[in-house]
Amino acid sequence: MRANEIVQILNAEIVAGKEIADRLDIGTACGCDLMSDVIAFVKERVALLTGLTNPQVLRTADLMDIRLVIFVRGKKPSAEMIQMAQEQGIVLMKTRDSMFIACGKLYQAGIKGDSSY
Amino acid sequence: MIIEYIIPRLDFSAAGKASTDTKHRLTQLGLPPALIKRIAIAMYEAEMNIAIHGGGGRAEIEILPGEITSRFIDHGPGIADIELAMQEGYSTAPEEIRDMGFGAGMGLPNMKKNADELIIQSEPNKGTTVQMHFCLPAGEA
Repeated sequence: MRANEIVQILNAEIVAGKEIADRLDIGTACGCDLMSDVIAFVKERVALLTGLTNPQVLRTADLMDIRLVIFVRGKKPSAEMIQMAQEQGIVLMKTRDSMFIACGKLYQAGIKGDSSY
Repeated sequence: MIIEYIIPRLDFSAAGKASTDTKHRLTQLGLPPALIKRIAIAMYEAEMNIAIHGGGGRAEIEILPGEITSRFIDHGPGIADIELAMQEGYSTAPEEIRDMGFGAGMGLPNMKKNADELIIQSEPNKGTTVQMHFCLPAGEA
């Protein structure tokens, strides 16, 4: 699924990486506030949904080749995070949806992912 | 080639820089992406441990033909029980670290999973050295 479709589904706003969002192809998603688990379990072509807004989210994303981070519950990334994302080529979005609703909408739209770890 | 990084204590803007920087360097060297990810994950866990538990320290990354060795050195409180610390889910991270998304007790198990060899030397109140070894495919680096 293209990142631009995700914008529509989650009624989200792109806050960094607008110019690369139309080329980004997402296969699965991970809804997680525990960066340790993201590092332990994430696979390929993943979108990360999180309510955490600290720079470690972007370090984790960079490390795990995650190219799309979606902040849920109306959380806003800081200016520092937006700059880091731009440098790293990571798309940032924010949505007012809760984690549960955002994950549910993406699942319903066809992003299925792995069922177990 | 040896690359050195200073890892400051509890500086979460800087923590992770050594690992992500090494990841980009190894990408430039043209190593296989799956191997680079293993190295970067293992390094990141070690780096976060130094920032969170070790009171800061340093990292040395040695790139040789056929192998990469990373050493993470701190002079912090040491690991009281290495066997216990190796268990998934065991963590001594304080609440504020957990609030940042860390301290799930996956650090050392993750290093073991991703490194070809992991050697931990630790002495109470003297510090910890974590050495991780990665074998490169024939003809790389």
